[in-house]
Amino acid sequence: MIVAERKSLDEILAMLQGCSRVLVVGCGTCVTVCMAGGEKEVGVLASLLRLAAQREGRTVEIGEATIERQCEWEFVDKLAPAIRGYDAVLSMGCGAGVQTIAQRFGGVRVLPALNTKFIGIPEKQGLWVEMCLGCGDCVLDRTGGICPIARCSKGLLNGPCGGSQGGKCEVSKDTDCAWQLIYDRLASLGRLDLLETEFAPKDWSKNRDGGPRKVLREEVML
Amino acid sequence: MKSRSNLERVLAAGHFALTGELGPPQSASAEVIRKKAEYYKGCVDAVNITDNQTAIVRMSSIASAAILVGLGLDPIMQMTCRDRNRIAMQSDILGAYALGINNILCLTGDHQSFGNHPTSKNVYDLDSIQLIRMVRTMRDEKRFLSGDELKAEPKMFIGAAENPFADPFEYRVVRLAKKVAAGADFIQTQAVFDIPRFSRWMEMVRDRGLHERVYILAGVIPVKSARALEYMKNEVPGMSVPDELIRRMEAAADPKEEGVRIAVETIQQLREIPGVAGIHLMPMMWEAIAPVVAERAGLLPRPAPPAAGLAPASEGPPAGA
Repeated sequence: MIVAERKSLDEILAMLQGCSRVLVVGCGTCVTVCMAGGEKEVGVLASLLRLAAQREGRTVEIGEATIERQCEWEFVDKLAPAIRGYDAVLSMGCGAGVQTIAQRFGGVRVLPALNTKFIGIPEKQGLWVEMCLGCGDCVLDRTGGICPIARCSKGLLNGPCGGSQGGKCEVSKDTDCAWQLIYDRLASLGRLDLLETEFAPKDWSKNRDGGPRKVLREEVML
Repeated sequence: MKSRSNLERVLAAGHFALTGELGPPQSASAEVIRKKAEYYKGCVDAVNITDNQTAIVRMSSIASAAILVGLGLDPIMQMTCRDRNRIAMQSDILGAYALGINNILCLTGDHQSFGNHPTSKNVYDLDSIQLIRMVRTMRDEKRFLSGDELKAEPKMFIGAAENPFADPFEYRVVRLAKKVAAGADFIQTQAVFDIPRFSRWMEMVRDRGLHERVYILAGVIPVKSARALEYMKNEVPGMSVPDELIRRMEAAADPKEEGVRIAVETIQQLREIPGVAGIHLMPMMWEAIAPVVAERAGLLPRPAPPAAGLAPASEGPPAGA
């Protein structure tokens, strides 16, 4: 899933300066699951904004709405009646959600309440970790199902570097060395031979370095 | 010979080689480089110039190395993958060779979080193994990484690092083999304090016959204090420092003298290990001690560099560097 984290209240309040009618919009998909921008979080943030306004003696109207997915037209369209009369939308979706709403509703300011972090998993309750960088050219078949692009702090294809010690990355003792994990996994699968061959330089044109990427599939087009 | 490198000449002639590391200043002062270079003159076969080591901004490795060329020394330009993409790297390699630099050491590079610009974006477009192969392809096949033809190739003597003290231990020698296959001509290792572990690693190196395909220079750091050793043990990833060495430094009446003694003893022990082709001294900004260690380890005088100089004959050394 896409994992996100709410910005600080101070940063959100600074963003909203001069706005008197704000619609806080949640998203029912990834950010609901990672407890950053679902219906519950919309309620909490809306209350915080009302309290902050009260404390400063300002009158603001804070509306609340949550849609199934902020990144799909059919759900975003449903916001049309709710959005009328508001001078700002505070999106609690990921970066794709914020931009979809902005693209659909030209006349209103659309602001991000979250920092979109990564594609990852909940490792345990309250802890999410990055798993995939969306590099566009998956190498997991050669690395025991552990991604060195996302999980090695240097994104090395021929790791581990000389900073791997005791299974940890040189960057932090709290970070596993991805290449140690790859080594252990391939050892348990009896496939250490995969680590004898050299990975050629990566084709980064398949990543965002080639500009915003598109997936075009004519067979499913209408 | 693959290059005009003095280091290659010394190693190919079968001498036990000695290289030293010079850290460029955090300033634009060429004078600092010239002063530090004096310590190395006649004392080592080639001088490593670090590339923004520990991710702290310093004078560039290329510029510092070019200054050394002007002084008649043989620099080993270190190049990390942290700060440049494949375009900048190839461009810098061409430029470095044109300036008379004949050696390159291909490194991954310390993560930027260690340095004084932790909010920077790292590059790592290539890793060290891919960099080694790229330089080899440029030199031997006269091609850029793109496959495009390269008319005047950079005849660099290609080095790489290896750390026998990093993990997974059994894999370190496999990674060394990958570096050799990619085109490394010489290896400089992480500093050796833990001789038993280094010896076990060298055994694996010999089992694969790698010592016959690549020159291995063992790293040695002369230390000034027990605190410096403790720092390396606890704070520098990928170092192995035995406690007895720390205790020995703590007990010493003159820790600097003890540090030199340990370095000299380490060199003598490393020299006995079959397959070790030389020593790489890393004085960590204590360059003045290099000639002392070299002298006391019995490594002086060094084989004289060729009278014709080290720079490409057709181009000559850069005027005044």
